[in-house]
Order: sequence, then structure tokens, then C-alpha cells
Amino acid sequence: MHYMMGVRLNEDALPPDDEASFARVGAVNDEMKAQGVWVFGGGLLPSDSATVVRVANGSTTMTDGPFAETKEQLGGFWVIDVDDLDAALAWAEKAAEACEVPIEVRPFDGLA
Amino acid sequence: MDLTSVYRAEYGSCVATVTRLLGDIGLAEEAVQDAFAIAVTKWDVLPPNPGAWIVTTARNQAIDRLRRESTREARHAQALLLNRSDEPGEEVGPVRDDQLRLIFTCCHPALSPLAQTALTLRLLGGLEVPEIARAYLVPEATISQRIVRAKKKIRDAAIPYRVPGAAELPDRLPPVLTALYLIFNEGYAASTGTLLRTDLSHEAVRLARALADLMPDEPEVLGLLALLLLTEARRPARLGPDGELVTLAEQDRSLWNADLIAEGHELVRRCLRRDRPGPYQIQAAINAVHTDGAATDWTQVLALYDQLLQHTPTPIVALNRAVALAEVHGPEAALAAVEELDIPGYHLLPATRADLLARLGRADEAADAYDEAAALAGNDTERAFLLERRDRCTSCP
Repeated sequence: MHYMMGVRLNEDALPPDDEASFARVGAVNDEMKAQGVWVFGGGLLPSDSATVVRVANGSTTMTDGPFAETKEQLGGFWVIDVDDLDAALAWAEKAAEACEVPIEVRPFDGLA
Repeated sequence: MDLTSVYRAEYGSCVATVTRLLGDIGLAEEAVQDAFAIAVTKWDVLPPNPGAWIVTTARNQAIDRLRRESTREARHAQALLLNRSDEPGEEVGPVRDDQLRLIFTCCHPALSPLAQTALTLRLLGGLEVPEIARAYLVPEATISQRIVRAKKKIRDAAIPYRVPGAAELPDRLPPVLTALYLIFNEGYAASTGTLLRTDLSHEAVRLARALADLMPDEPEVLGLLALLLLTEARRPARLGPDGELVTLAEQDRSLWNADLIAEGHELVRRCLRRDRPGPYQIQAAINAVHTDGAATDWTQVLALYDQLLQHTPTPIVALNRAVALAEVHGPEAALAAVEELDIPGYHLLPATRADLLARLGRADEAADAYDEAAALAGNDTERAFLLERRDRCTSCP
């Protein structure tokens, strides 16, 4: 089963970007890779760097900014491959501890 | 032959085992229902092992059904079934561990508390959606939606069907115990309507017994069972002839169920020997003191509440401790403790304050507090009790 672990960030109150938290997240990544569950992962730039593309009636519009202008934004994510939700939640616990922010776990509806 | 009681007794364990065989709760429920429908037409006398008959029939029904269908789930389930080593014709019976697996799946922390209790009652208790809806006084559509959504999440998010390992158990057992405790409590002091919904309490006791049977080495499981038994034992004395609430001190102890009390006390002693106290064991011990001898030894109760407060430092525990404090050190000390508490919407806080104020002779303040409590009380029995107490304050100042 593939799961996304999304990092939920309050962009008005970002946690400190210090060496220690980098090291903690790096350690989680290493552990995921060592156990063969890591598929992909990375941090995202703040949501003001986002662009939304919409296609309707054959015309395309681009708008500056994220889907929703809320404080809570996706700050980064992992894709992991594990047996079941309990395994995914155990990794989410480690990730949340390392990032010091909440993690949302969602199963993929199949993979391309 | 009473098929209804067979259904009640066997439904949960059959669904649990067929879920393991099919790998899907929804398919298992359908198959077990099919099997019971066949039983209605085929059973003239009860087979020697009705559970095994139902599981075998359900499995065969499922195989037939899956051969006819071609959805992704069906193919997956069929693959699971065909990979089993046991012969298709061989009779397979319910396996007790399957019930334990299912209860941990139903009470998975990824599901909401209402979904956990509804699913537990539906799958393990065999209660129908209208019965659960009536018990919680919510529309049937709400319950059925919660159950459908929970089953979908179990399948889509791959919530596992297994008993958590020792390392996970400390996190995973509490929601199971909470769900059983909530089911019992809803039956014992209903949040709306009249006070007692006996069917829910009985179901909770039955499931707690099954859990204690399956996990005899978990002292908190034994503690929960003891707590439920010792509370249940007092039920016959809890309501007076006109359906009015009778307080613990005024209850006729001869009405208490002596067998349940003896069983509860034995469980509490087993817990004490293990010496790994937890919140349910301590609450069970408190209820053991209440049901020991002719009157409650409040000094012991207070000491146990002190211990409970260390484990679960919540305002509700502090409020219950204050009740014991009043008996040991008088209403003044208890009132001081109660006035430090804030539990919005909880009727027993003003009710306790009212009782203490009345004992201190502050009748007007007591009457106001009784009114406040009555306005917050959920069921009619408790409301009537509080208003009757209020009238006593105002009539003899």
C-alpha cells in the first residue's frame, strides 16, 4: 500500500528551520530508505510560490497563489510503501516528532 | 428453536472469522447474513455447533457469490479464499482470536469514537442499525452512514485485521476499553430519554467478558470487566418503585446482585495481585469498596480517588474525589475543592455543589445550583431527581 504523509504547516507560525530539525528529518529519511519504505519525499517552498492552472471551455487561466488562501498549507510530503495503515501511522509518528508539526496520512487510490 | 438468540450469540464471532477468511468486512457481513437466511429454512433442529455451520455456509455462499461477480474486491477476496490450505468442504468454525482482531479493527484510533462504538455494536454485538440509532437517539441514517464510512475507511486505508503487538498495545488497548465503557455507560445513564438502557449495558458486559477471556493477562481489561460488573450489580436498586433515582446511600443493598458482586470482587483481587494499577482497576476497586459490607468505607474510597487522580488528573475525577472528601472531611472541605473546578455543560458539577451547599444549610444557593444542574441533565430521571432535591431545599430552609 502506498500512503502520502503530508506535512501540515501553519505558514503564519513556522517552526524554526534549525540544524537540529534538519538532522532529525534526515534521520527519518535514512531510516525509511534503509527499511525500503521510502518512495519519494521533499519539502515545498511556501504557498506564495504556488500557481493554480484551470482549464474550462477550452481556455486556460493561471492564478497566483495556492488553491485555498488559508494559514494551513501543505509544507512537504513523503510517499511511502508499507503493508497497512498501522505501519504508515508508525512512520507518521516518527515524522511528526522530527518535524514538530502534524502529519496527515492518506492512502493512494492506486498508483500510475 | 430460538434462532434470534442463536443469531445474537453467534453473529459477532461468525462475522469475525468470515472477515479473516474473506479479507473484507462488508463481504463477510453479507455472507453471514446469507447463511442465517439459509438457516431459517433449513434448521428444523439446532445443529450441534451452530457457529461452525454458519461459518461454513457463509464461506461457501461467499465463494458462489464471488464466482458470479467480477469486481476488484471480489477477485481479491476470491484469491484469498482459494489460497487457503483447508479443503472447501471441510467444516470451519469461529475462531476466538478473530473476535479480538475484529474489536481492535473496529476500535482503531483512525476511526471516530462514534464510528468505533457503532461498528463494535453492529459487527460484534450483532445489533441492527435501528437498534443502535435508538440507543443513541440519533437518526438511523446517521448511524448507517457512520458505519458505511468506517467500513470504507478500513478497506481503503488498509486498517489491519489483527491484534496489535505488545509494543503497540499500550496505545491500542485504551480505545477498545473506552468504547466498551461508553457502550456500558450509555446503557447505564443514558444521555437522553429515560435513565437505563439495559440492552446496551448487557452487550458491553458480554463484550468485556469476551475480551477478558481473550486477554486474561491484561489487568486493565480485568479492571474494566470488574468495574462494569460491580456497577451493573447495583442496577436493581438504582430506581425506586416509581422509576425515581435512588442514591447509593439510600439503596436497598439486598436488591444488589450478589453473584456479580462476588465475581467483581474476585477480579479486583486478581488485579491487586498483579500490582500493575491503571484507571479502570482503580475505579473497579472504588466500586468494590462501595459494594463491600453494610456501608461504604469512605476513607478507603478517598485514598483510591487520590490514586486515580494521579493516573487521570481530570476535573471529573477531581469532582468524584470531592464527593468522597465530603464524607471523610466534611462538606466545607469538599465545597472548596469543587469550587476550583470548571466542567462546562456537566450537570454533576452543579449537582454536587448543590448537595454540599444544602448540607451546609445554604439553602438558597443550593436551590440555584440544583436548577442549574437540572437544566443541564440529559435524561428525565436525573432531572426529576434534581428538581425534587431543589424543592426540599426551598421547603425546609
